[in-house]
Amino acid sequence: MSGVPIGWYIALSAVLFTTGLVGVLVRRSVVVMFMCIELMLNSVNLALITFSRLHGNLDGQVLSFFVIVVAAAEVTVGLALIVNMFRLMGSTDADHADRLRS
Amino acid sequence: MTGVLAQASPDGVVGSSAEFWMFCLAAVLALGTGFSVVVLRNAVHAALMLVINFFAIALLYALLEAQFLAVVQIIVYAGAIMVLFLFVLMLLGIDSETRFSDRVRGQRTAAVLLGLALLFVLVGAAAGPFLDADAICPVQGGAGDLCVGLEAANADGNVAGVGRLLYTTYMWPFEVTSALLVIAALGAMVLGKRRGDEDVTDLPVAQDDETEPAPEPAGELVAAGEEEQP
Amino acid sequence: MIGLLATAEGGFSGEYVQAAAGTAIDFAWLIPVVPAVSAAVLLLFGRRIGKVSAAIAITAVGFSATLSTAVFLQLAAAPEDARNVVLVVAEWLPIGSFQVDWALLVDPLSGVMLLLVTWVGLLIHIYSLGYMDGDDLYTRFFAYLNLFVASMLVLVLGGSLLVLFVGWELVGLSSYLLIGFWFSERANATAAKKAFIVNRVGDVGFMIAMFLVFSALGSLSFADVLPRVDEIAAGTAVAIGVLLLIGATGKSAQIPLFVWLPDAMAGPTPVSALIHAATMVTAGVYLIARMSPLYAAIHDAALFDVGLLVAWVGALTALLTALIACAQNDLKKILAYSTISQLGYMFVAVGLGLQAAAIFHLLTHGFFKALLFLAAGSVMHALHEETDVWKMGGLRRAMPVTFATSAVGTLAIAGVPFFAGFYSKEKVLVAALETPGAELIWVIGAVVAALTAFYMSRWFFLIFLGDSRVPEGIHPHESPPSMTLPLVVLAVGSVLGGFIGVRPLSYATFWSLEGGFLFDWLAPAVQSFVGEELFFNELLAGLIVIAMSALGIATAYVLYLRPTDIVAVRERLGWLYQAMFRKFYVDELYERTIAEPGELMAEGMAVFDERGIDGVVNGLGTGTRDLAQIGRRAQTGLVRSYALAVLFGTLLISALFLGGTLLGR
Repeated sequence: MSGVPIGWYIALSAVLFTTGLVGVLVRRSVVVMFMCIELMLNSVNLALITFSRLHGNLDGQVLSFFVIVVAAAEVTVGLALIVNMFRLMGSTDADHADRLRS
Repeated sequence: MTGVLAQASPDGVVGSSAEFWMFCLAAVLALGTGFSVVVLRNAVHAALMLVINFFAIALLYALLEAQFLAVVQIIVYAGAIMVLFLFVLMLLGIDSETRFSDRVRGQRTAAVLLGLALLFVLVGAAAGPFLDADAICPVQGGAGDLCVGLEAANADGNVAGVGRLLYTTYMWPFEVTSALLVIAALGAMVLGKRRGDEDVTDLPVAQDDETEPAPEPAGELVAAGEEEQP
Repeated sequence: MIGLLATAEGGFSGEYVQAAAGTAIDFAWLIPVVPAVSAAVLLLFGRRIGKVSAAIAITAVGFSATLSTAVFLQLAAAPEDARNVVLVVAEWLPIGSFQVDWALLVDPLSGVMLLLVTWVGLLIHIYSLGYMDGDDLYTRFFAYLNLFVASMLVLVLGGSLLVLFVGWELVGLSSYLLIGFWFSERANATAAKKAFIVNRVGDVGFMIAMFLVFSALGSLSFADVLPRVDEIAAGTAVAIGVLLLIGATGKSAQIPLFVWLPDAMAGPTPVSALIHAATMVTAGVYLIARMSPLYAAIHDAALFDVGLLVAWVGALTALLTALIACAQNDLKKILAYSTISQLGYMFVAVGLGLQAAAIFHLLTHGFFKALLFLAAGSVMHALHEETDVWKMGGLRRAMPVTFATSAVGTLAIAGVPFFAGFYSKEKVLVAALETPGAELIWVIGAVVAALTAFYMSRWFFLIFLGDSRVPEGIHPHESPPSMTLPLVVLAVGSVLGGFIGVRPLSYATFWSLEGGFLFDWLAPAVQSFVGEELFFNELLAGLIVIAMSALGIATAYVLYLRPTDIVAVRERLGWLYQAMFRKFYVDELYERTIAEPGELMAEGMAVFDERGIDGVVNGLGTGTRDLAQIGRRAQTGLVRSYALAVLFGTLLISALFLGGTLLGR
């Protein structure tokens, strides 16, 4: 076997994306949910970079660079929110954050 | 990592069986650690798995001739973001989820089923057309009718190529992201700031907590945490 | 008529030139930008700056005023066919073939508006220096005031309907902020909301009109649209005209959307003077004057003359609100209704196609109404925020400057010859006189002239003349120079302002369509379509109007300065007085017809909601009940189940893509 078809990378990216997605849906700890979101972001980056190679230009890489920057910003704010949530409710379980309903 | 980077330089190694074996290694690592993140009950363990996952993905970036992003991935994700995660985990002292079942019946089953369906759709729609041998990217004029390859774009080196785009075509978005980062940092500061004694004033939320005799979540969490202590 | 020929001679050219680089006009974009920047600075750093903020605000508006004057002079120096200058500042929305720029239009019409907005704005900034002294929110007030001036300048300078709309919305916002400036009192906050919501009703009309213009001509820029209005299908043109009228009635407080303006008096008095008398409320008149080629085209197409509708709206509003003004006791409310009434005059002129007369009245009204409001503010300042005219009287001695300038303002608005208001009102009425089918509008206008003279004299007599009814313990005093100086400047404007619209020493032209400087000046920017058929002797008509005004003043004199039994007069008038005093029950009408049915509908919906869901649950079998339970469970309050729903949607969309890919291959 020599070389890897582009589709394999994309398939890998899809599997990672789905893993992260299922993780967001089944885990209750918001921190772990957040980690799963990072996993999804990474898989999307992988797809972007793969397509960048497919099309032979670097725009995809630049875009995923921006994704990394946005992810960094998102993590700062998101973790601050989690800390606040913990202070307010004494828990980081997403299922406990249902005050709007009751 | 430096070894991989050296191999990725156009000396004809990548694109042959080396790329295949490196891909297999990275893919297995990424998938294994990815599943672990979802499955592991202990949040700190999950975070550590995520670090390995990031390294594996960085390896894939390098294979895909995106050396710059491979390094950025390690510095920013594995270096900075994961440290933040671990820091918050340690700060809050949460390491595992409580064991009781979901409040919505079937959430887990539905999530897995729908996730599999989405996987099927994604693979079919995005990966399907590129699974044949003609989608192998050319390295030094190799085979591949569908894939263009980055040889021409990376002629001056990947860092120079990305940098050129970043400072010409994407100059404005690039500058805007700097504003975004500052705003995010400010937002985190504002959110993280303790409001002093506001917590004990007549905020309805605070009252709720006081009227409910035993805040269910906190109690269970502490208990669970104690169980985990060796 | 000669007058018409004189205006048609230059006529609306429909030709636009680009601004020459390096000239004053090339920098016209700074006119709104500088006050906007000042407002931003004051809002961000106001707490640190403190008292210096007023200086910054005044400097910013002063800069705009100076630059506006330079722009105006450059425009005046240009040849007549090169006075419509387009200035593209920056690209805004390049969406395919749809291109919107930050384009400014500097032409004679926006030129005079620039001068009015910036100079009156400057005077009112200076006045606020004294009026707002000691207020906790001093800095914020000046920031809002600057924001308003910037917004109004965007509105006036806007080179396309969309840019104008941006200014239009921004003035609405700053008006909202300033009406509710003392928001700690519930009434003020309610008044602000009312103004905003009523304005929004009009804005919807404006927006739909914009959509229609764009779909008909593919552009919103005035330079593209105005020369091509006759390409719009007649029916669409009528729709656009009516919708623009709806927009204008909102901003300019005309029937049916006038109810917000009297309540807007909850704001600080300088705001009432600047926004709710001199500038913002004239935006509707400005809009219709700006779109005059469209109204001219509708007029010529003879399908349905929207212009006449505009004039009728104006005339009826003028009559209704003038009647209301006669029975009000709040000195600012009287002025507010008077403003609506005078705006009605402007609508009459602009609807009948003599835009120059409308702009003429707009300018003179800007002078004397700003003056009257500022004088009212001065009086309130002296009497510890008292607003009831029956608790005033005899302030002549205590406040000589305010008294004298108010006298000038009252004479001007009452239409006494040789004051500014006289000339502009005559021009408006002449437009009605010369238009076939508008005879009744002239009659209404003449009656309103009498009513105006009556209620303004009543206002003036009750405040400044007669015996003092000021409560014990309050000692009225003249206001500081920062407040009286703008009064004096505006008073001079109220006397001399008339001569921009008529030729001095040429009294025969007072009563004709022929006008002075302003009429020639505006000719390249607007398309006049006033009729030219006379149904009555112009001179005689003019004398009748003067007599009506005199009658009004005399009636007020007899009623309020002679010992007359006011209560008996009121009883004699019976229901009419009650109706006038209760503002013709318009607020109650809207309450009954719009607010209450709305509430009823909401309550009905609530009942239906309860009964409906309960009915389903109780009345139908278990299966249905389970279904309802499942439906209720969709709202779990748990973020993860919502995420699951998102995934489901994503899956559907992705599946569509997959289908596309498979079919495409």
